[in-house]
Amino acid sequence: MVETRNALEEVVLKHELEQFLYKEARLLDERRLEEWLDLLAEDLHYWMPMRRNIKFGDWDLEFTSMDEEINWFDEGKDILAGRIRQLKTGVHWPEEPVSRFEHIVSNVELVSVEGDEIRVNSKFFCYQNRLQDEVNHFVGRREDLLRRDPETGFKLVFRKLILAQNVMLPKVLNTFL
Amino acid sequence: MVAIIRARGDRSIRDYIDPERGTVSRELYVNPDIFEQEMEQIFQRCWLFLGHESQVPNPGDFVISRMGTEEVIVVRDRKDHQIRAFLNSCRHRGMKVVRYDQGNSLIFTCPFHAWTYDTTGRLVGAGFQHSPEAYCGTLPKEEWGLAEVAQFKNFYGSLWATWDPKAPSFEEYLGPFTESLRHCLQASDGTDAGLDMFTPFQRHRLPTNWKVPGFTSVTDLTHTAMTHRSAAAAKLQQDRGSKGGRDRARAAAPFPMSKYAIGDHNLGHGGMCTLYHQPGVPEYEEEWYEAGVDDYFREATERKSKLLADKIMAPHGWGGGHFAIFPSVMVDSWRLRWWQPHSVGVVERWTLSGVDKTAPKHVRDAVRHYSERFNGPVGFFESDDMENWNYVFPASQGARARKLDYFFANGIRLGKYNDRLPGVVFNGSYTEEAQRARFSRWLAFMEATSWDDLYPVNKTADHRIW
Repeated sequence: MVETRNALEEVVLKHELEQFLYKEARLLDERRLEEWLDLLAEDLHYWMPMRRNIKFGDWDLEFTSMDEEINWFDEGKDILAGRIRQLKTGVHWPEEPVSRFEHIVSNVELVSVEGDEIRVNSKFFCYQNRLQDEVNHFVGRREDLLRRDPETGFKLVFRKLILAQNVMLPKVLNTFL
Repeated sequence: MVAIIRARGDRSIRDYIDPERGTVSRELYVNPDIFEQEMEQIFQRCWLFLGHESQVPNPGDFVISRMGTEEVIVVRDRKDHQIRAFLNSCRHRGMKVVRYDQGNSLIFTCPFHAWTYDTTGRLVGAGFQHSPEAYCGTLPKEEWGLAEVAQFKNFYGSLWATWDPKAPSFEEYLGPFTESLRHCLQASDGTDAGLDMFTPFQRHRLPTNWKVPGFTSVTDLTHTAMTHRSAAAAKLQQDRGSKGGRDRARAAAPFPMSKYAIGDHNLGHGGMCTLYHQPGVPEYEEEWYEAGVDDYFREATERKSKLLADKIMAPHGWGGGHFAIFPSVMVDSWRLRWWQPHSVGVVERWTLSGVDKTAPKHVRDAVRHYSERFNGPVGFFESDDMENWNYVFPASQGARARKLDYFFANGIRLGKYNDRLPGVVFNGSYTEEAQRARFSRWLAFMEATSWDDLYPVNKTADHRIW
């Protein structure tokens, strides 16, 4: 339940959350990767399960299990920091020359507020345009847990990325969603 | 009979490889007619990797796999508990029978006309089979079961199949690599069939010809320094093995072993190879980023040392694996990575990573996380490979570019046979011996009329061309 004292406070909070998510997307598009990294909590868990083809109703089978199975991502801030160091080397070939990414965030939905921690859902559409004609689309939704932070407004603590793909169709996923 | 490429007049396939110069025509990678012939001559005949028994542990469990461009249903029968594999195509009108990636089922019912098969592939029913206005009970069900693979092998938990009844046994197909594959499927303490594979298959697409990654790059040491420069430059301390250098420097008496690039020109298998010169196993080298994982593997290695105290370890690749089984399976001590062709310019990469069945949770997690961050489209390492493998194709495909040859002469004619692995050519570790061996075998398959022309069904066949 959203634990707000009044509707106006809820609108203000939702506005702050949207601004945070939009800023995150802009930093990635502008290749300000270390500033993006600063928005992540030290105990971040960044998770993108794989998705199976399932029968209607077999919802438990759809996503790969975080603890037991192979996921696309299941990692913390240390690994993401390594990915950013790699992107900055200038010799990481799938990002040389660099891509033109446009991260679009929408359907921002305030789910719950518990003390400093806020659950917010959103959708992402990430368009990648590279070299002359290489185009990829990454579309899906995410379930985020944010924590209030005195410096950056919020920090991302947990993100579940639900990508609308079964076989990963792009050859490389080299941005953050 | 010599296969002819329709697109380029009457040149035979053999004319596209020049063993003297050590070259292979790019035409073999970009020509759709060649691709069609490969699917027939190679993928209809070879033993292909399907998956692992740990993916179908219970009666009725099934998982969808592929053989070349086609899907197969791998299913454990409810009655005899045997695993079998069937083409995923309804015998009535060819609809894909199973569209779920995995599951557990009593029967498989086609969504088109309800032709229904049991877990041994037998046709057990069809819509209106007894209707007086339809089949009137005349459907000859015994003749219309799912198309089953001709031969199936569960090799220490790994599942393999071929469509060709004349193919040799799986062990004969592997030849001197039988013990190497067995070794890679052992737990780290040497227990046979000791791995569980993490589910599901890790699968992604790559727009290139299947032979670029699956054939000529799977054991290519000269690419590492350049292709993977960014991983070194970024000091990815999370990379398994990055701590090994320090330990090696400390080792007082290095274990006597030699490293080579090897290729079996008659069988097509080969890659990186370590030959061990004394019984036992080398001292464990610390390599894990995650806490406590090295302790587990050190203890397991000590148990393996006792097991192999009087026995020389089977030759295998560096770091425990890294050799390729023809046509396109790369084997490591903890994972199998293989390439499923889709069309001349599209391939799908599949990965299965394994961990000791008895490993505790923190070890399982570390191996799983390493697999996630190393392999495939989000992998630190393999994302760099994908870029190079991808753009080989458009840069080789044009009317001018395809008339050029690829250079495969690194170390040509410098290799030697070695009694330790009869029939296998040993060469310098950075040479292209393994790639040349694959092309010797490739040409043999492309020219052969049947397995009767091919080693080892034909014991005297000599497929080595260079």
